[in-house]
Order: sequence, then C-alpha cells, then structure tokens
Amino acid sequence: MQRHLISAADLTRDDAVLILDTAEEMARVADRPIKKLPTLRGRTVVNLFFEDSTRTRISFEAAEKRLSADVINFSAKGSSVSKGESLKDTAQTLEAMGVDAVVIRHGASGAPYRLANSGWIDAAVINAGDGTHQHPTQALLDAFTMRRRLVGRDAGLGHDLAGKRITIVGDVLHSRVARSNVDLLHTLGADVTLVAPPTLLPVGVGSWPCEISYDLDGVLPKSDAVMMLRVQRERMNAAFFPTEREYSRRYGLDADRMARMPEHAIVMHPGPMVRGMEITAEVADSGRCTAVEQVANGVSIRMAVLYLLLGGAVFDSRNAPAHPQTRIEEK
Amino acid sequence: MSKILIRGARVLGGEPQDVLVDGEIIEAVGTGLSAEGAQVVEADGKVLLPGLVDLHTHLREPGREDSETVLTGTRAAAAGGYTAVFAMANTFPVADTAGVVEQVWRLGREHGYCDVHPVGAVTVGLEGNKLAELGAMHESAAGVTVFSDDGKCVDDAVIMRRALEYVKAFGGVVAQHAQEPRLTEGAQMNEGVVSAELGLGGWPAVAEESIIARDVLLAEHVGSRVHICHLSTAGSVEIVRWAKSRGIDVTAEVTPHHLLLTDELVRTYNPVYKVNPPLRTERDVLALREALADGTIDIVATDHAPHPHEDKDCEWAAAAMGMVGLETALSVVQETMVDTGLLDWAGVADRMSFKPARIGRAAGHGRPVSAGEPANLTLVDTAYRGQVDPAGFASRSRNTPYEGRELPGRVTHTWLRGKATLVDGKLA
Repeated sequence: MQRHLISAADLTRDDAVLILDTAEEMARVADRPIKKLPTLRGRTVVNLFFEDSTRTRISFEAAEKRLSADVINFSAKGSSVSKGESLKDTAQTLEAMGVDAVVIRHGASGAPYRLANSGWIDAAVINAGDGTHQHPTQALLDAFTMRRRLVGRDAGLGHDLAGKRITIVGDVLHSRVARSNVDLLHTLGADVTLVAPPTLLPVGVGSWPCEISYDLDGVLPKSDAVMMLRVQRERMNAAFFPTEREYSRRYGLDADRMARMPEHAIVMHPGPMVRGMEITAEVADSGRCTAVEQVANGVSIRMAVLYLLLGGAVFDSRNAPAHPQTRIEEK
Repeated sequence: MSKILIRGARVLGGEPQDVLVDGEIIEAVGTGLSAEGAQVVEADGKVLLPGLVDLHTHLREPGREDSETVLTGTRAAAAGGYTAVFAMANTFPVADTAGVVEQVWRLGREHGYCDVHPVGAVTVGLEGNKLAELGAMHESAAGVTVFSDDGKCVDDAVIMRRALEYVKAFGGVVAQHAQEPRLTEGAQMNEGVVSAELGLGGWPAVAEESIIARDVLLAEHVGSRVHICHLSTAGSVEIVRWAKSRGIDVTAEVTPHHLLLTDELVRTYNPVYKVNPPLRTERDVLALREALADGTIDIVATDHAPHPHEDKDCEWAAAAMGMVGLETALSVVQETMVDTGLLDWAGVADRMSFKPARIGRAAGHGRPVSAGEPANLTLVDTAYRGQVDPAGFASRSRNTPYEGRELPGRVTHTWLRGKATLVDGKLA
C-alpha cells in the first residue's frame, strides 16, 4: 500500500477492511460530547477543489477538523487557476506553505495520479474524485454503509462483504462512483451487477469484474443493496436516452420496484439525488434508503483514511496493528 | 566541390561496397574504389540508405516557434537521417496561401539541413468549409503537391470530393486526417478496455475507419488518388487492403509510435503518451506491422509534433496531443520491423524514402543509391543500442515517449546533395 489514496483498485482486501474497522472507531468519536481527536495536531491538510462539490469538501473538512488538523480550503474558482496557473504550480505553491496532505477534486481523470507521481510535490495525495475515473473514499463509505447494514456494526469488524449481491444502476459511463465501487466491492468479495441502458455503459466494460444487465426488474429480487446513480437530465440531449420519462420507467427506482427487493435489502445513493428521475421521492425518503446515513459515514471513513495515511503512519496492512483502535490517542 | 568516398558501406543492407560522391552526385558504387584527394568516411559495415523522406512533419513555424522552427526541425530531421520533410499546414497563420508556403519553403532552403516541402491546407483556415487556393500554392515557388488539413479531418464529403477532383489537374494528392468529428468529441485516448477503466473520453476505431472507407470510395468514384495519414487501427488496414485490391489509388502511412506503443501506457496518465490518433491496442500494433511489411501500408511517416514542456507537464486532459519523432523514427522501425524479421533494409529504404518521395513528388529524393543519382544519403550504425536521451535532441521540443527506452540503431551521417548535414552523429 502506498502513501497516497488515488484509486480504490490500489487497495488490498486487508487494506480496505482495516480502513472500515478504523472508521468504526472514528464513528464512536462522533458520539462523544467533544467530537475531536488530537491525532493530526500540527499537520496541515489542504482541500484543493477544482470542481464545485460542497458536500465532499465539507465532509473532508469535518473529518480533518475532528482529527485536529489545520485545514486550508482552496477553491479553483476565482483563484489564480482561472487565470491560467497550472495544476503543478498550484500544488507547488501550496506545498511551499508546508502542506502535509492534499485532498484533491479535479474534473480531469488522472489529475490526482499525476499529482502523486510526477515528482511535483511530496505531500500525501487523497483523491476526492477525478473526472470519470475514481472516487475511492465514496466507495469506502458505501462499503462501510453496506457492511453495517448487511453484516452488522460490531459483527462486521474484521469482515469483508463476501457473497453480498450489490446492484449499481444508472449512468455508469460518466460515473467515478461506479468505477470505484466495482473495484472495491470486488476486492471485498461482493458480487456486483451493473444495470444501465447500453448507451450509459462504457465500451470495454466487459473486462470489469462484475455482471452487466439491462433488466432492472430481473436483478432486483437478487440484490442485497441497490445503488442508484445520479442521471443528469442533459444526458438526454446527447441521445443517451430518449426522454426523462422513458429513463425513469425503465431504470428508475419507485416503490413498486423497491417492493421486488428482498426485505433486508437497502437502497443507496451517493447524492445528489435527482428525485423523479432515477429515484422517486417515496423511495428516497423511505427507511430503506441510506443516502443520509452515507453522508454521516463519509466523515468517519475520511477520518480513517487521513488517520491511516498521516497520523498512524501505517497504511500497510501487513504491518498494521491488530487493533488499530488502540492506536487512537484518547482525549 | 570536393569528393567523398564512403568505404565499406552495406548499401541497402547488402554486401559492403564503396560509394564515391562527387559534388551533388553519386559518381560510382562498387568495390575497391579509390579517389585522389577524396575525403574518406569509413562506413565499417554500417548500412547506407537513400536519404529518408518524411511525408508528415510539424515544423510549427510560423506561429509556434516556442516548440519548433524550420531551423530546429530540419536539424532534427538531419539528425534522424532525413533529407526531405513535408511540413504540415496547421501553423499560425495556416499554410493556406502561396505566401505562407513560400515562406516555409524558403526558410528550409536558407538553412540547408533538409529540403522542406510545405503541405498546403485543403480548406481556408483548416475550417473545412471552403477550398484554399490549391492551384496557387502548387504554382508558387514551393511547388506544393500534398494538401492536408492534418490535425483536422476534411469531414464534409462534398468538400473532400471536390478537393480530390481539383488537385488532379496538377498531380496533387489530398492527405486525409481520418477522424469523424462527432464520434470523437472530447476524445482523450483509444476507446476500449483501458479507457473504460481510466475514465478518459474514448476515440473509437470506427471514427477513423468510417472516414477511410468513405474516402477510398470517393477516390474511386472521381478517379483520384488519396493518401491516408497516420493509419492506426487493424480495421483501417482491412479497408485499405480491400481498396487496393479493387485498384483504388490509395496510399497510407503509419507512424513509428503506432508500430511500437499501446494504450496500456496511458495508465500512467503521463501525457507524453497522448497523441492523435491515439495509441491503440496490441492487436492493432501487430496488424500495422504486418501491413507495413506486406505493402498495404506504403510508408512510415513520423507525425513529428513538437510541444513545449508546459503543454505536457500537466494533467492528461489539459495536455496537447503529439510526440516528436524525427530523431527516433529509424530506431523504432529497426526495433519493430527489421529486428523482428518483418522487413529488410531494402524494405526500410522503400517505406521511408522511395515511396514517400513518390507520393509527395519530391524530385531528387527517394532515388536508388547508384551512379548518377543525387547524393542524398543516410549512414546507419545498425549494431548500436542505446537509451533515448531527449537532452541530446536537436529538436526544440522534448516530448518523446521513448525517454530512457533502449532502442537499436543510430544515424551517424546524413548527406543532402553531397553536403554533410550530420557527421559522426553531430550536426554539421
């Protein structure tokens, strides 16, 4: 395991389980009167956001602050970047100010990989979403949510998602969430099925470690979790599907379809939801939908990742302590 | 002008012979030649080829002198064993008038490292709407015979048809950059297994193949010849093979990088591997090599595309497309075609000198190495192996995908009409 988190595909099964277990410990911090650990005191983390993403940025910021890191938020809009400064110069400028980790969100696939591997900077790089490539902390928080709901909060510790049937529905082509989830869920032993109109699946998807289906109704009864991806309305202008109505009829999740899922099965959504498109309000607001829970879990997961990359100085599962929680300083 | 005696050179890879050059002309080829007062170059078993001809070079002048100039580009050409290059039209201003092509042609003559044949734009401003003054460019001092909107596809079928027809009047040829624009909007790399994983916009093979299919049929219909730039897919090979079997007058080129590199390299997100058309799959690479060997693909052309460092030292999507190639082309061809047994050195001379000169009507180039012919020659140390070091490039740009890669072969001497432009690997 490396000192960066760029792609969910880089995580071994043991790495991933260690992160999930550590996140459970972090979640307990949220239950305390003072939701703060001193782990990253004196360390500086910059949230380098070249794309608007209030929810992801706030989630990272909350995680960083709960670990007592000094936080710098850098939004590319209205900054020197819009005046033509390169990613390299921006990153080097920030590092010159003594940054220990860069959390980067970028519209270009591969930008975090470049940042971590081009010799531009020494800081740890955490990918907070790049283009249509990867969003590893999203996949981790999704896996965390699934493990809690499908295995159990305490029963899940030390376990993966072996044998769980996960269905991911929607715009896979443009989705970094789908790519990250396929990689991580496969590593964790789950059986993944992607459901989408053929236009919204990438050419080459056949080599992914998952099943492909065009028939949502056929897959739902065999799903332990159904993850709905956001479908942007403007996709229909590029002929990916004919109309919004047709899309939601064929691939949207409504109450009737939800009833076809096994009783224990959950509905997930990475947000932001387009109600009436891929998901009806009735489903989104039902007790089976974990969208809000996923947001809360996101903070725990990001704390765990930051802790393991920066604070714990162990992100190699082979050298990791058996009980990572014992390494978390109390108080 | 003094005489030069090249002693013990394997002409086109054959048995060692001596070649005597007098002034601009090869005086004699044979064994045991001697000449009073001639400067002697001991070839020592190196391979002597006719000066290489590149039908597809970007010299960037006028307009992007920060990446290359006619001077630096022709020095790079000489270093790579070239004696003639065809300079693409996508400069600023575009080479769509007699004035611009004459300027580029004249700069090439003044510098004297390599003959520069400007390529004229097919359409005004490369915009694909209105034919440029093709006749005026042909009649200019530059004598343009090759026309191309390279960098952009002449995608309008009617404009393409008219261009193919029009240049017949003076023996010109249209060189098509085959890329269906709608299918390649936002394209960043070959569309396939790797693009699906990396989340980069796909450039599907069909976007190239559909245009080639259309254009060979157009060429057949109007009885014109057509040249296909940087053919990159196995499917394109099949279409050209079919067209040739029907007797259609089509020629095609392949770049060195498409003979060696695949889209697996894009996993590094390093933009030195970003090029248009994109690096394809291993299956495509093998099909291209086979097609070059059997003559379906006529020539190797570099698509030498210099870019300044900052245009490659960035994230993939922001990077410019293209690679420099003049100084590594012959080595890559030796690696992929000669050392694999697909082509002998006579075949290399054919694909890199004779045929490109014929397609571009470059008088005095691509001639046999024999008495009475112009002394455009390239001497290659084929036993050499070494790592590519861009710091030693004559090109102003360093955007090579081969940095640190070990490749065979090294050009030691280049003569342009008897005048040495490269001596012992150093530019004259």
